[in-house]
Amino acid sequence: MRVVPVAVAARNLAAGYGGNPVWSDASFEIESGSFVALLGPNGAGKSTLVRMLLGLLPAAAGELEILGAAPRRGNPSIGYLPQGGHVDAELSLRGRDYVGLGLDGHRWGIPLPGRGARAAARAVDEAVSAVNAQDYADRQIGRLSGGEHQRLHLAQALVGEPRILLLDEPLSNLDVRNQAAMTSLVAEVAHARGLTVLLIAHDVNPLMPHIDQVMFVAGGKVTIGRPDEVINGEALSKIFDAPIEVLRDSRGRVFVVGLEEQVTHAHDHSPGDA
Amino acid sequence: MPALTSAPPSPDLNPVVDVQLLLHYAFMQHAFEAGTIVAITAGVIGYFVVMRNSSFAAHALSHIGFAGATGAVVVGASPVTGLLAFTVVAAGVMGALGNRLRGRDVTIGIVLSWTLGLGVLFLSLYTGYATEAYALLFGEILGISARDVLITLVAGAITLAALVTIYRPLLFASVDEDVAAARGVPVDALSIVFMVILAVAVSEAVQVVGVLLIFSLIVTPAAIAERFTTRPSRTLALSAGLALLFTWSGLAISFFTPYPVSFFITSIAFGAYVLARAATRPG
Repeated sequence: MRVVPVAVAARNLAAGYGGNPVWSDASFEIESGSFVALLGPNGAGKSTLVRMLLGLLPAAAGELEILGAAPRRGNPSIGYLPQGGHVDAELSLRGRDYVGLGLDGHRWGIPLPGRGARAAARAVDEAVSAVNAQDYADRQIGRLSGGEHQRLHLAQALVGEPRILLLDEPLSNLDVRNQAAMTSLVAEVAHARGLTVLLIAHDVNPLMPHIDQVMFVAGGKVTIGRPDEVINGEALSKIFDAPIEVLRDSRGRVFVVGLEEQVTHAHDHSPGDA
Repeated sequence: MPALTSAPPSPDLNPVVDVQLLLHYAFMQHAFEAGTIVAITAGVIGYFVVMRNSSFAAHALSHIGFAGATGAVVVGASPVTGLLAFTVVAAGVMGALGNRLRGRDVTIGIVLSWTLGLGVLFLSLYTGYATEAYALLFGEILGISARDVLITLVAGAITLAALVTIYRPLLFASVDEDVAAARGVPVDALSIVFMVILAVAVSEAVQVVGVLLIFSLIVTPAAIAERFTTRPSRTLALSAGLALLFTWSGLAISFFTPYPVSFFITSIAFGAYVLARAATRPG
């Protein structure tokens, strides 16, 4: 049970809200321990896939397995960082308490002092160290910077010792330097712990040094492959049946052009998808 | 009703004598007992009210309770029964509306003003009971009976026990609803349960400060406490401690003066909040 070679498997999977399809006929496998970037235009259904993996949304059709089992709510093997995961600036809570919620926040009752509390405190310390947040873990979380924030969010996702991380746009509110730092941190932690990572992003460039696979969700379709196979104008044009170009600048950064328009079909049906 | 119609007693220089004087009368003993229970409950639930941005909902619940209480008086029932019935039903509906709904406060406000109108109608149907209305609006802690103290104790114990039971998931859902839901916390059900607990706490607190002044016990202590500490356990203890301080000192000062308890509780709470803001100004 400890080693499952396939972390996520989908067969003819379709996603939708209330009978309106977002995407369909997706079949793919994500190997255990791989780092996957999930890309695509807004509203194409990237978060929808994450919600399905979390057991918060049923599959419209087809099959989906995560770590060899059907998705279910409250799966302790998943560490989740939601989109727009900011907390109220006035929220009076230490970063450490926030991280601790990832460990036992789902349990009833109040935390009682004793052996359990000491073990919990050690687990929180360990998660805080894993993201290098020792310096500010005791400060009020609402007053921290975006980068510090995201590290503590990651610590909260890690504290329960998950086997897969689902990170929904963890880079979106960070500057370029922090994007690179956050991506390296995720890659480092995932490598050390053998975690599978599914990371939703808008820009693939900060992820390029670390990712094993790229998944594109656009125009009602899902495709996955190695970066060099998939980030390719010809391949993308064929998959999404549209003129898509991949441009490279002098620093080697890639830009996928033409995919943004591949949302209209799905968007018409699912205005609620984020 | 043991209102102090004659001149109030004068405070002694010896505080021990003052305390003996304060607790000499049964009505003052009852007031301190009920006030203590209500303050602790209000201070504790206030932490979550402030964290969940639900102060308007707490305020609205008390006003909706006013219609329930006056309606109960019209049909000859005890006002507390009507208060509880109306606040609990309204709380269930508000909880079901959820935290995320953008128009929630607008909806609550619309319902709130309608129920206040109902309250006015019930009052006019039951003429001659202006004191009853006054007590509901501004509190009647000096008139509280031994039986009411017992009811308050039971309600307070239930409220605190329920809060202890849902403490961690409620904190999780209040701080980060999405992650909590993914971790299996029943966030929608918790939202309803929390509002119902709040309804019971509000109904208790109405006896002390009345529907119009509920903020001073449910919101102010927690709002002050979270300016001074970021640890949940300390914030909860400080919030309950402040609510106790406001209630006890309000009762004590009122005893030696001809002015109402509610005035002193709300004024002390306000003063403390102003001081707390000044003391913790960022930068």
